[in-house]
Amino acid sequence: MTVTAPPATRPAAGGPDLTRAALSGRRRFTNHLATAAIWAAVLLAVIPLALVTYTVISKGGGVMSLSFLTEDIPNSYRRVGGGMAPAIVGTLLITGAAALMAIPLGVFGAIYLNEYGKQRPLARVIRLMADVMTGVPSIVMGLFVYISWVLLVGQQTGFAGALALACLMLPVVIRSSEEMLRLVPEELRQASMALGARKWKTTLTVVLPAAISGITSGSLLAVARAAGETAPIIIVTGIVFSPNWNLFDGSNTALPAQIFRNASTSFPAAQDRAWGAALTLIVIVLGFTIIARFISSRFAIKER
Amino acid sequence: MTLTNKTPASRSALAQRGGSALGDRVFSWWTLGTGLLVLAILGLILITTVREAWPAFDAMGPRFLTERIWDPNPATGEAIFGALSFAYGTAISSLIALLFAVPVSVGIALFLTELAPRRLRGPAVTVIDLLAAVPSVVFGLWGILVVAPAMVPVYQGLHDLLGGVPVLGRLFGPVSSGRNFMTAGLILAIMITPIVTSITREVFSTVPRADKDAALALGATRWEMIRGAVFPHSFGGVVGAVMLGLGRAMGETIAVALVIGGATNISANLFAPGNSMAAVIVQQFGESTGTFTAALIGLGVVLFAMTVLINVLAQTVVRRAEARMKGSVA
Repeated sequence: MTVTAPPATRPAAGGPDLTRAALSGRRRFTNHLATAAIWAAVLLAVIPLALVTYTVISKGGGVMSLSFLTEDIPNSYRRVGGGMAPAIVGTLLITGAAALMAIPLGVFGAIYLNEYGKQRPLARVIRLMADVMTGVPSIVMGLFVYISWVLLVGQQTGFAGALALACLMLPVVIRSSEEMLRLVPEELRQASMALGARKWKTTLTVVLPAAISGITSGSLLAVARAAGETAPIIIVTGIVFSPNWNLFDGSNTALPAQIFRNASTSFPAAQDRAWGAALTLIVIVLGFTIIARFISSRFAIKER
Repeated sequence: MTLTNKTPASRSALAQRGGSALGDRVFSWWTLGTGLLVLAILGLILITTVREAWPAFDAMGPRFLTERIWDPNPATGEAIFGALSFAYGTAISSLIALLFAVPVSVGIALFLTELAPRRLRGPAVTVIDLLAAVPSVVFGLWGILVVAPAMVPVYQGLHDLLGGVPVLGRLFGPVSSGRNFMTAGLILAIMITPIVTSITREVFSTVPRADKDAALALGATRWEMIRGAVFPHSFGGVVGAVMLGLGRAMGETIAVALVIGGATNISANLFAPGNSMAAVIVQQFGESTGTFTAALIGLGVVLFAMTVLINVLAQTVVRRAEARMKGSVA
């Protein structure tokens, strides 16, 4: 007859109790407190986002109509009605022109950093300065373009706004494109070189196409941020009340500038237009952001 | 005979399809040129703005930075341009913003790296991305028309509660309107949270798995693990993230211009209206001429110098922290 062992009981005799219940009350309390604080931080970030979204949709939605999108801006803040067509036209033209300038230049800059400069001192300086340039306040960029372009040609134009936005987009495009080029596997470059292609041909026909989806989505995010920039637009593009399709002649306007002007007044009609413009702007910005997210999730190079 | 003729021809065709040597050189110079564009723009900003602001610097001398009076159109005598009260407004609103944004950002970053269940991580990241995507002017619009009026009773309550306390009470002085330093700071806090969060999160995610597991294996609770393993490792990087947030807060123009109140004012009272350097430029640039314009551009120069300085320092700190991290993993 073997003696049956008593049913296993924990803790084993002599061993320390390692269960959670053995934690001292103070330690357990601190842990719970910290966990609660972390959850509270997340909630604190959600609240303003939810409130802003709700207010813009409810107030902007009340103003939104086809005529709001197609009519001219009233030249008196007091007047009820009117629309934001000139600002929508301005935003699309100015942001589009800025993208046409900044994206190609930015991508070539990224090619320099990732394919040629690598870890050389000059490339490191450019990389650091591109990061610093991302932090340059948009108002300073507005002043810079005012001095070096508006004073030069003698008038405020939509193109001046595009220049300012391009300066703001450039470093963002450079850094995000560089990240994407870095993900392209080295084997692709080696295979292309082994087939006799020179470096520039390799870069343009093999490396760039491999990274193009990431570059596109990064650039679209930069465009979305630029579309919401206000300060430089106010300083360098002036103001118009009916659409101006010519970027190079005459003042222009954009949605952010209209939101700012109308928000600073105390007239309810103008404030309504500000909310409508805000809703329009958010839809445009979110549109860019969603397209960017879609492209990057659908066509991304798998990180290795 | 035909063979020997053919070989060089096909070789040259191949060489052509591979691209020409000249193309290589042109291409590398061209990409270098676009890379140098960044340095050129930064240099040009400094040169052109300093030159254009010179009349104001010349007229005011060092008083441009130490004078608290800003009077572009005086009834008698010469115009006075002193940036001190605007610099004060910039500093105080940015500090309030950091005070609120840093704990929240660190909390969210911890949530994303240590705490969040897998299915909540995606939505939480989306919230931060969306917060970053909202244009600053929309926050300004919301701030001036919704937040400022709604906060007046709260400020009033704080004033009634704490206004009598000896030193602290001076911070919570009488409330004149909802547009003041405090509201500006709160709106700025919302706007810098995404950038501080994303960098802090990157830094936290470089903490070696082994360190965290070691802390847990020694019986640490999750919070003790965060305090003992995560924080010491990432202190430098978090400091860098905070500085980047500070740079953003100082340069933010439009939202602040809408909610800070637009008064030339130095006051310990957080509920008093004031103004910031960036906001003054955008508010007064349209109506300025001559030395007045030069003085506004001068504010831009000061702002540029300060943000570049802060950003260079912050980037260096973040890079050093990340490099050390990578070294310790390897």
